[in-house]
Amino acid sequence: MSDHQIEIETRRTPGRLARAWNGDLAYSFRHSPVAMISAFMVALLVLSAVFAPWIAPHNPFDPGSLNLMNGFTPPGEPNAFTGEVFLLGTDDQGRDVFSTILYGMRISLLVGFSAVMLAMVIGVVLGLLAGYLGGWIESVIMRIADIQLTFPAILVAMLIFGVAKGITPPEYRDQMAIYVLILAIGLSDWVQFARVVRGATLVEKNREYVEAARLVGRRPFSIMIRHILPNALNAVLVIATISLALAIIAEATLSFLGVGAPPTKPSLGTLIRIGQGYMFSGEWWILLFPALTLLALALSINLLGDWLRDALNPRLR
Amino acid sequence: MLAYIIRRVAQSILVLLVTGFVAFSMFSFVGDPVENMLGQERTQADVDRLRGQLGLDQPFVVQYAKFLQQAAQGNFGLSYRQGREVSAILAERLPATLELAFVSGLLALGGGIGFGILTAIRRRGISSNVIMTLSLVGVSLPTFLIGILLIYVFSVELGWLPSFGRGEVVDLGWWTTGFLTLSGLKALVLPAITLGLYQMTLIMRLVRTEMMEVLRMDYIRFARARGLRERSINFRHALRNTLVPVITITGLQLGSIIAFAIITETVFQWPGVGLLFINAVQFVDIPVMAAYLMMISVMFVGINLIVDLLYFAIDPRLRVDGKAGGH
Repeated sequence: MSDHQIEIETRRTPGRLARAWNGDLAYSFRHSPVAMISAFMVALLVLSAVFAPWIAPHNPFDPGSLNLMNGFTPPGEPNAFTGEVFLLGTDDQGRDVFSTILYGMRISLLVGFSAVMLAMVIGVVLGLLAGYLGGWIESVIMRIADIQLTFPAILVAMLIFGVAKGITPPEYRDQMAIYVLILAIGLSDWVQFARVVRGATLVEKNREYVEAARLVGRRPFSIMIRHILPNALNAVLVIATISLALAIIAEATLSFLGVGAPPTKPSLGTLIRIGQGYMFSGEWWILLFPALTLLALALSINLLGDWLRDALNPRLR
Repeated sequence: MLAYIIRRVAQSILVLLVTGFVAFSMFSFVGDPVENMLGQERTQADVDRLRGQLGLDQPFVVQYAKFLQQAAQGNFGLSYRQGREVSAILAERLPATLELAFVSGLLALGGGIGFGILTAIRRRGISSNVIMTLSLVGVSLPTFLIGILLIYVFSVELGWLPSFGRGEVVDLGWWTTGFLTLSGLKALVLPAITLGLYQMTLIMRLVRTEMMEVLRMDYIRFARARGLRERSINFRHALRNTLVPVITITGLQLGSIIAFAIITETVFQWPGVGLLFINAVQFVDIPVMAAYLMMISVMFVGINLIVDLLYFAIDPRLRVDGKAGGH
């Protein structure tokens, strides 16, 4: 039995993703300047967020390194009291704006990635179950999806955030805020994944290879994961990329509205919220630089997603 | 057709029951009202008595039915934060949101259809290219950044328009309106643009694709062959057939305008229900959150239902097939 399995393993063709990477996808990437530029931007922003503790000149979360005298230093100019120079200026508490952006982007990306992963896992599992098993399970899952789709995702996320905030005791609220955000955005965004995976499953489950796997005696669970899921992966990948941009914007929006990351652990949205307060008094840099970073992040991920959708073209496959 | 309508109405009722259930569970699971109402020195007898008075000792289903009955009458109890009737607070705030949504909806529809036609007819003109590029940027910009940008340009730099509030309003007894004063109208401009811009780009793109599709059809070519004037072809023949899907999408967008008003209202400190809701979320004011959820779901479900039925009335093909998506 084990010999037989090994033989199957070695003869297996490379996965769909690997094949696509060696073929059309890489070609399309090399010939799309928009894709290359946006991929470069995404890589640059993600790497600078990941390595923020080594890149950032200051640690904005360490109160000991802050000097209130440094507050409101314009970008590139020496501070009137301390003479220190900050690349992008400082905010009201004397925090270096460049450093807070790097650390803020970390939180934005962490929340965005985790929320999309959560949405993806929920959506893929429910989509597979609905498509493969059918019956009342399918009815219940898709009806819930329909009902949730009646409401905009951001509204659902706000409600979940509000309820979760009510459940957590007040002293833990600031610490829990980031996890609550991930939960809120993730739960508000699974429907897209479920719908696409269910659609693909409905098509695939009647194919001969699934029939064959069933005859060999594979259990439904392993058929779903090992055989059907790989064929739905392209579509899932495209949706995940576009969802990532949406999740980052959703996180920024919630934090901007004051129902997201707290000021002690600011994300890009929180930084914009703080900066908005100084728009009228002339400290434009506190607002402008976080806003530009958010814009660059969302736009480049969006463009990358657009390109990926055209390149993989899951609908025309 | 009758079966279709009945099915749609049943679906709408189901959605309302589910959202009602969600709103009800928020009350039951988030904080115990008895804990909030009784002080530190309470006996178990006090707790039991209050539970009996509030009906909390009843079975879950009975409590849920009671909640639905109360909600249908617009009774959601007192706001935890303001200590006033939630329905009264909502009624006071609703005109501001509805006026804002109305103006931005109008803006989105007018601008969307206008620009959509323009970019479809003059496909290679410079103006269409500029509009299309701008619309791409508009879609990528988060709503709150658009609002901040507008405030920066028109309030901070130019000082033409107010950056927050509703201006002076006229009280009509059950409705307050900002339409009748100059400051009210001025205050409306920036929020309405912020809220309407995203929907406008959506409608514009839709009108453009539909219009380009229709302009390729045989009957348009035939109209050209008959020597009809270009304007008559574009507006009398082509536009009419473009508008069917536009009405559907616009109707559905109306719901999201009300939801996205939360963001716009926060940016501009517009005293509507959206700002009320976001404050309720910040302070975990459950009655207000539940009431807002119920109100908005009634609106959404109603709009969806009307749009579906309207679609039926407009497109005769659906009546023949008895199914949606005739083409």
